[in-house]
Amino acid sequence: MSSSVLTARNLSKHYGTGDARFDALRGIDLDIREGESVAIVGKSGSGKSTLMHILALLDSPSSGELEIVGQNAKALKGRALNTLRNATFGFVFQQFFLNSHATVLENVILPLKIARLGSRERKAKALETLALVELTEKASSKAMDLSGGQKQRVVIARALVGDPRIIFADEPTGNLDSATGAVIENLLFSLNRDRGITLVIVTHDDDLAARADRRIYLKDGRLVGEGDLKSQASPATTPNGATLA
Amino acid sequence: MRTTDIVTTAIGNSFRSRLRTTLTVLAIFIGAFTLTTTNALGTGVNEYIDTQITSIGAPDVMNVSKPTLASGADDGPAPYDPDAGSEIDTNAGPPGTTVLALSDADIDEIRGVDGITDAQPLVSVRPDFVEWQDNGRFQLSISPFSAGVTLDLAAGSGFDQSSAKFEIVLPTSYVDTLGFATETAAVGESVQIGVTDAVGEQHLIDATVVGIQNPTLVGTGASTNTALTTALFDAQRTGLPEQSTTDYTSATARFDADASDEEIQAIKDRLSDAGFAGTTVADQIGTFQSVVDGIILVLNAFAVIALIAAGFGIINTLLMSVQERTREIGLMKAMGMSGARIFALFSTEAVFIGFLGSAIGAGVAIAVGSVVSSVLAEGFLSGLAGLQILTFAPASIASVFALVMGIAFLASTLPASRAARQSPIDSLRYE
Ligand SMILES: Nc1ncnc2c1ncn2[C@@H]1O[C@H](COP(=O)(O)OP(=O)(O)OP(=O)(O)O)[C@@H](O)[C@H]1O
Ligand SMILES: [Mg+2]
Repeated sequence: MSSSVLTARNLSKHYGTGDARFDALRGIDLDIREGESVAIVGKSGSGKSTLMHILALLDSPSSGELEIVGQNAKALKGRALNTLRNATFGFVFQQFFLNSHATVLENVILPLKIARLGSRERKAKALETLALVELTEKASSKAMDLSGGQKQRVVIARALVGDPRIIFADEPTGNLDSATGAVIENLLFSLNRDRGITLVIVTHDDDLAARADRRIYLKDGRLVGEGDLKSQASPATTPNGATLA
Repeated sequence: MRTTDIVTTAIGNSFRSRLRTTLTVLAIFIGAFTLTTTNALGTGVNEYIDTQITSIGAPDVMNVSKPTLASGADDGPAPYDPDAGSEIDTNAGPPGTTVLALSDADIDEIRGVDGITDAQPLVSVRPDFVEWQDNGRFQLSISPFSAGVTLDLAAGSGFDQSSAKFEIVLPTSYVDTLGFATETAAVGESVQIGVTDAVGEQHLIDATVVGIQNPTLVGTGASTNTALTTALFDAQRTGLPEQSTTDYTSATARFDADASDEEIQAIKDRLSDAGFAGTTVADQIGTFQSVVDGIILVLNAFAVIALIAAGFGIINTLLMSVQERTREIGLMKAMGMSGARIFALFSTEAVFIGFLGSAIGAGVAIAVGSVVSSVLAEGFLSGLAGLQILTFAPASIASVFALVMGIAFLASTLPASRAARQSPIDSLRYE
């Protein structure tokens, strides 16, 4: 039985005060085990991104406790927090956030640069990761010259390049057509399967959610149910057979 | 991020919006160019004055005179003193300034002042003409600075003060006039000096040319050694009553060449207590320098104002680039980049822009200034030999760089700290 990498107890987040107060999250309890894939599902505005940002330590909760890889989130500050963000997490945001004037390779190298890796080492590692997402031949293209699906693969390569333990992905297929989306999905789940990387995916795509080990349903900032795939009768559907190395 | 990565990234970022960077660099360029040029002007003029001071005055000599009691605008005229010597017009100080004549007794008193090793009356000799080999007679004035002078010589080796031979150093302007082929050819030749005495009789004295002197800031008189000066003076006062021969406008006093500024001041104070006024050559020319320094200071102030304006340009540029790169900053923070490194990234960008501006500014100033300076030295300023009006001293150029990059860094602190403080999530949500 694998241990818990993420434990949330009674997490709440509100914005504003008084009449303008808005409760985005209300008392969330959550456990995510090492190597698990979890889909956070819910309607637009239900608080999915907010929850993911808090779990990824990009935002702090208004109240509640959060423990990440055995450390209390509140105690994490400064250098320790930066190291955790850099070495333990990989991010795929709702938008690409690529530096469009820089090359694909430079975009993928960025987390390694921040990690102060030597230039030869980081280049080798970035090229290796680009090969994994099948973008080796685009390494020296400008990021803005890529198609949407290619950009999303660059983003995944960037999330992956630092060998993270957890990848947080916010709508990784949201901007893509279903065929391209499937390629990205396969890529993410193969990482989960082959490398044991914990996946936390925010989505409102039921097909994508169905492939995760577990689904967490959010409604108006509350957990309204959980589904554990392996305890359910219907097996995961595979939208198409596309696979990646 | 490593420091080298910060620097290369910052340089890369500054070239991302090329037009904006160019305009900011241009603003800095103007300030840096002006500052480099005004500094060079100050260095050039002051260096020239310095060489003038060493060429004119021996450091161990001061001119001593006896000033009339200070009669300021509010004071009435000073009471008559029957024992005081007659007043003599002097060309030291503002026009109309008079000094009391020094007598031999005064000279002895000056010799007795503590710190003064010797004092000689400054005799003024007024020869009629100088001539070489029947090439015509020309007017000659003898510079009153003869004692202890180190001359800026174009040719020859200068004279020996203790020599009994009559020696003279002529200004460069006499070379052609007297008919010498070259400056070097003049050295060693014998010229004839005519001087008229009190009863109208003309005496002729032969002197050897031992050097040709470059023109200086303070007149273009010839210089003579003690033996020749004395001979000319003796010839000129032939037939004068004994009384008037003992009136001197001033005296040349010598003191220890190693004397410090404080010691020199102490000697001046003691002279002043005894009723005399002592001025060193450095005092006389030093006033030029303070005027030059004052002008340069004002010009520099204008250049610094231009640089401060450019500093606001940098603030503006960086604020815009922080704004533009809000998401990028958020992303880098999400990836674990510290606020301090983000700050460093933006301030390095500003310092780089400052560096570019000062490098181009100083470079263009040096290129243009060197050409202008040598053109002026050949033409307009050719009368002042050795004056390079714009002299670029490495130290002052380095200080321009330091100042500009310092201003750029200061300007960057506001935008850079704003970037450093941004929370990653606010930056990522920024539309
Ligand atoms: N900084 C903020 N200030 C005020 N309200 C906010 C802020 N950030 C988020 N919200 C609100 O919190 C709620 C949850 O937002 P969140 O981005 O988590 O939604 P989401 O579930 O990810 O939606 P979507 O699927 O459209 O991305 C929304 O109603 C949003 O308006
Ligand atoms: Mg969202």
